[in-house]
Amino acid sequence: MYTTEQYEGIIAETITINGTGGDAIHTYLARPMGPGPFPAVILAHHLPGWDELYREFTRKLAHHGYLAISPDLYCREAHGAPEDVAAAVRADGGVSDDQVIGDLDAAAKYIRSLPSSNGKVGIFGTCSGGRHVFLAGCRLDCFDAIVECWGGNVIMSDDQLTDKQPVSPNSYTKDLNAPLLGLFGDLDQSPTPEQVNQHEEELKAAGKDIEFHRYPEAGHGFFYFDRPIYHQSSAVDGWSKMLTFLGKKLA
Amino acid sequence: MCTMICERAEMEGSAKGRDGWFPLEMANVSYDHPFNAPWEYGLNIDFVNQSQGVGSRVAVELSPQSAKRLAETIMEALKRGEADPQIKVSVL
Repeated sequence: MYTTEQYEGIIAETITINGTGGDAIHTYLARPMGPGPFPAVILAHHLPGWDELYREFTRKLAHHGYLAISPDLYCREAHGAPEDVAAAVRADGGVSDDQVIGDLDAAAKYIRSLPSSNGKVGIFGTCSGGRHVFLAGCRLDCFDAIVECWGGNVIMSDDQLTDKQPVSPNSYTKDLNAPLLGLFGDLDQSPTPEQVNQHEEELKAAGKDIEFHRYPEAGHGFFYFDRPIYHQSSAVDGWSKMLTFLGKKLA
Repeated sequence: MCTMICERAEMEGSAKGRDGWFPLEMANVSYDHPFNAPWEYGLNIDFVNQSQGVGSRVAVELSPQSAKRLAETIMEALKRGEADPQIKVSVL
């Protein structure tokens, strides 16, 4: 816990890493100053894109002592205002799951390679990013903790599958490779409370190490203080649970 | 990307964006999270010209009820205009 007599300092900047297929992709890196060793967290951004909110989340995690890294998962699609880029990606059916998984894998390799890394890497995402981190936790074996926040479309019907999203993520449940913290709002429509229950039951049936929390007064995106859907008490408690979880799993 | 519901239609016309008028290429109509409107899901219309960059975009985010009223209003205006023999649509 931070106390007022402590020194603190972070460095935050845009860097470039090589993602899926060796493609250079922009990545926001925020890290505590000092030699470490520090645990790391990858942030998989949400539907509205690689935006200011996710940069703030990245800096917040660095402030709490993590090497925090957020790759631009839309970097290949276009550049411009984050909303304009996200609108173009939305019109194009999103980005492919394979490409996102490769980019997140590359981010994990990069951050683990830093001399200030303690070797432990967690991953956090909200909305479509929540879906991506669950999928990454199942398909990759490089994470020590997963924080899935209201992942939409973790459970997909056959008619929702596309060439870019060809498999419903919950099909991979048995392959989950790391402890998972799930945060959800009961007023959310994607995922619905019924889908959250199904997701939890499937994980329990597979014997996975999970911790689910539901907030009765919260809807979708309740961490988003720049939007009307922000829910203060749920967000404060959610951040607290997340930092406690990461502190235990990445020490 | 949470719903993945997006329909696209080629467009002829003009739209006025942040840098002035631009020729329209496409309308992207999605039922997904709006960026600004205060609800979880909405009917979002992006009038775009991708060949000029992603910034060539005029966006509206509507409630489903508003979107239906807009569609009905468009159809009504078209019906009246096309019924009038004095009105011809041609390039000037």
